[in-house]
Amino acid sequence: MAGTAYWLVKLRNLFAVVMLSGIYSLIAAVLYVVMDAVDVAFTEAAVGAGISTVLMLGTLALTTDQEKVHKKPPVLALVLVLATGGVLVYGTFDMPRYGDINAPIHQHVANRYIEKSGAEVGPPNIVTSILASYRGYDTLGETAVVFTAAIGVLVIIGRSKGGVMPGSTAARRRRKDKDRAPDQPSTASSDLDEEASS
Amino acid sequence: MMVEKVLLRVIAKLLIPLIMLFALYVQFHGDFGPGGGFQAGVIFAVAFILYALIFGIRVARKSIPSSVTRTLLALGVLIYGGTGILTMLLGGEFLDYNVLGSTPLAGQHLGILLVEFGVGMTVAGAMITIFYTFAGHANGDLPFRIGDDR
Repeated sequence: MAGTAYWLVKLRNLFAVVMLSGIYSLIAAVLYVVMDAVDVAFTEAAVGAGISTVLMLGTLALTTDQEKVHKKPPVLALVLVLATGGVLVYGTFDMPRYGDINAPIHQHVANRYIEKSGAEVGPPNIVTSILASYRGYDTLGETAVVFTAAIGVLVIIGRSKGGVMPGSTAARRRRKDKDRAPDQPSTASSDLDEEASS
Repeated sequence: MMVEKVLLRVIAKLLIPLIMLFALYVQFHGDFGPGGGFQAGVIFAVAFILYALIFGIRVARKSIPSSVTRTLLALGVLIYGGTGILTMLLGGEFLDYNVLGSTPLAGQHLGILLVEFGVGMTVAGAMITIFYTFAGHANGDLPFRIGDDR
C-alpha cells in the first residue's frame, strides 16, 4: 500500500496515476475486509476502484495525461502538509488500541445496536439497521449530497458550447437538423475525397 | 472497428446482465448480507457505463437516455424524503418506520426497503449522469476512447 502511494506521488503520467489509485483502493478494500468492515470494503471496491477510476479517465480525456512540472519546490504546501500530517499523527497517540473493549466507541451506542437492533429493527445485518433506520437522517443527508454532486456536475460542465446539455431534447433536435442539412464545408470536402479516390 | 473489439463486445454482453442481476441482489439482500442501496446503485450504474465504454456513448444514450437518469436521480431523493413524509402523515415521526406496517418490525422492514431503494436510484442516476456529462465532452484522442461518438 505504501509502495502504491509512493509511486502515486512519484509518477508524472496521470494515466498510470489513475490506475495506481484504483489499485490503492482495492488494497484498501482488502484491508477493510481484514478489519471485518465488509460493507465499507464493498463501497471502497465499487466506488474507489470502479467508478472513480472511470470518471478520472473521463477527466483525463477532457484535459491531458501529463502532470505539469513546477520549477520551484512548493515550500509552503510542503510545510502545510507536514504540519497537518504531524497533527493527525499526534492525534492518533490518544486513540485506544485497535479492538480495545474499553474504547469509548464500544461503550456508547454500539452495545444497544448489537443487543436490540434485531428486536427493534429486524435485519440481521446490523449495518443496514443503523444506516437506514437508526441513522435515517444521516443517510438522507448522504443521498442529498450525491444528488447535489450530480447536479453540480451538470451545472458546471453539463452544457456544451452551444448552450444545450448533451443528450437533452434540444441537443437531439439540433443534431437532427444537422443531419438533415449538412453544412457546406463538409460536403465540399467529401466531394473532393470522392474525386481524389476516383 | 467491429472486428477489433469483438472479444470485448461478446464478454461485455455476457457480463452486463450478470452485473445488473448482482446489483439487484445487493439492493434487496442488503438486509441480510453486506451491501445496500449505495453499493447497488454504483454497481447498477457500472453496467451502463461498461455498455457505454464498449458500444459507444450514443448507443448507451439510446438504451438509457439522460432524461431518464436525471429523473432517477431526483426520484430517489423524493422516495427517501417521501417515506419520511408518509411516516409523518401516518402519525409517526419523520422516518419512523414503525407506523408503516401492522407490526413495528414489518414497518421497519418496509421502510428500510423503500429508503434503500431510493438511495440506490439516486446513486445509479447520479453516477450515470456524471459519466454521461464527462463523456459528452471528451475528444476521442486521449487516454481512452469513449465509444464511437465522435
